[in-house]
Amino acid sequence: MGGMRTFIIRRLLLLIPTLIGVSLLIFAVSQAFTPEQRAAAYIRGEPKQPDVIPNIIKKYHLNDTFYMQYYYWMSRLLQGDLGISTWAHIPVATAILQGIPASFELVMLSIPITIILGIYLGVLSAVHRDTIIDHATRFLAIIGWSLPTFWLALMLISVFYGQLGWIGTGRLSAAAETFATSGSFIRYTGVYTFDGILNGQLWITIDALKHLILPAITLTIIQIALIIRVMRSSMLEALSKGYTILARAKGLSINEVVNKHARRNALIPVVTLSGLLAAGMLTGVVITETCFNYKGLGYFAAHAAMQLDIPGILGFAMFTGIVFVIANLVVDVLYAFVDPRIRLG
Amino acid sequence: MNISEFKRRIKPTLNEIGFTLKRIKKSPLSIVGLAIIIFYAAVALLAPVIAPPLGPDPYLMPHWGAGKWDPIPKPPSAEHLFGTTSYQYDIFYGCIWGTRTAFRIGFEVVVVALIIGLMLGSVAGYYGGIIDEVLMRFTDIIYAFPGLVLAMALVIALGRGLDNVLLALVLVGWPTYARVIRGEVMKVKGEDYVEAAKAIGCSDLRVLVKHIIPNAIYPIIIMASLDMGAIVLTAAALSFLGLGSGAGYSDWGQLVANSRDYITGTYGNMFAYWHAFTIPSMFIFTFVLGWNLLGDAFRDILDPTIRRK
Repeated sequence: MGGMRTFIIRRLLLLIPTLIGVSLLIFAVSQAFTPEQRAAAYIRGEPKQPDVIPNIIKKYHLNDTFYMQYYYWMSRLLQGDLGISTWAHIPVATAILQGIPASFELVMLSIPITIILGIYLGVLSAVHRDTIIDHATRFLAIIGWSLPTFWLALMLISVFYGQLGWIGTGRLSAAAETFATSGSFIRYTGVYTFDGILNGQLWITIDALKHLILPAITLTIIQIALIIRVMRSSMLEALSKGYTILARAKGLSINEVVNKHARRNALIPVVTLSGLLAAGMLTGVVITETCFNYKGLGYFAAHAAMQLDIPGILGFAMFTGIVFVIANLVVDVLYAFVDPRIRLG
Repeated sequence: MNISEFKRRIKPTLNEIGFTLKRIKKSPLSIVGLAIIIFYAAVALLAPVIAPPLGPDPYLMPHWGAGKWDPIPKPPSAEHLFGTTSYQYDIFYGCIWGTRTAFRIGFEVVVVALIIGLMLGSVAGYYGGIIDEVLMRFTDIIYAFPGLVLAMALVIALGRGLDNVLLALVLVGWPTYARVIRGEVMKVKGEDYVEAAKAIGCSDLRVLVKHIIPNAIYPIIIMASLDMGAIVLTAAALSFLGLGSGAGYSDWGQLVANSRDYITGTYGNMFAYWHAFTIPSMFIFTFVLGWNLLGDAFRDILDPTIRRK
């Protein structure tokens, strides 16, 4: 696996200029604001003396030249200082860290559903090409792709939470919330489904899972078209290849050829999609979490946008940029792993 | 050029158009898509007839009378066909004139992003070297962000409003076009006919415009069609987050955002205000669906490498 190691090292080195570029872009966007506006990110607490803002501008070098400002901004960033959210009144880094477990829980539930169901439907569509099954699958996928996320979320809330009175929005129901924030419940990870098990309180886990179902379904319906579409065309290609025809000619059953020969090879392009899927999920949580009143990263970002919270939005953008760059790295490595032509070529 | 010469020259083009139409007729989904887009184009054109403007600016939704600051959305009635949003904006009027806004958002963003992407992408693909390197590293950075998140940050920096939403979406969107065009140009520029054109002394500009771009443009035409829908969806999401056009402007996303505080209905009747978010959402959904169906069909029909298979 020597080739694999050099590939990973080369890819890690390429990460550095991209991350510097990402930070430069965010910094350039922040320059659209006046020093006074940017100073708001560093005001702690309520008291507002008249000289607070000039002092902050001086202290944080907000009026220096572009590159000096970038230097100071970057050194604060490397210490984890993204300023204070003017909406949540806590440091942006803290707000993001607090939001991660909730969004992690949600995304980690919907990604496997999206991928497995998407692959299944894509294969089904390709195997039954141009039949009613194919048309129906493609049509449903396009519908999911075209729906505004907020409408889907609001309709699901109205039907299941409102009319059927199933549960309420949020991460936990009131009783569970009270217990989970009390002293007798230790928040090891902040991910309620895990913490419930770790604390031996299975009902918390079940309650958290119940609240995850509809947001996860929303994300899945919006994203699944991407997987179905690519899986279908790559499966069609694999089915027309010489080796599948040979396998059929040898007398293997259709099921065997589809499952063992065609599908495995058709899966490769889907791996590259995971990067796009991650981006879609990061975008999807902004609207989904807002509608479901689910206090994760997306909820924070959406409210920061509504309240014109400059440090909040820029911090969130910076964070998604980093996550996305790393996700793409993982995808590239995975891709090289499943397809030797990439790492050796 | 006389008439018969013109007829002779135009014949292959007409044949191709005829073949395209035949293919469209065979695909029921693309007909549905086309019908939806034609319907919306008609609504946009006839907006002044369907919903006569009542004020000096037709894009501002009618909003007056004693109860105009009543925050509770009202259900459909004879006076307000689709009901009203929070603060009594007429949903019917907003949806009809919002069609124009949707076309404007889609076309302006796609056309501007496509032109920028076409110019930079083809130059980078054709000449390579430092221009190419700079462009690719820059697109890498833009690619490092999910579109909606970067657009959110840009709109906050530029200031709220429809024009800034359009500008932000162009800034986020053009690198994708540039990248695809670059790849296509690199594929085409090694072809024999390009070498031949160079050998007989065509200028770089002529080779690029007459020989390379026409053969490299199909993938981005398809992309553009699918993008029309995606951009309208993103713009609606931005509006929902309160970053779109100002209150009262006819825009589908804005209509949903208007009633945002009332979307969950009343206690015991979650559907009390369903119309306020469902009707504008259905306009968004069908419009986007139309473009997606059309783009999906274009994919099979327009691409010269697979169109006759």
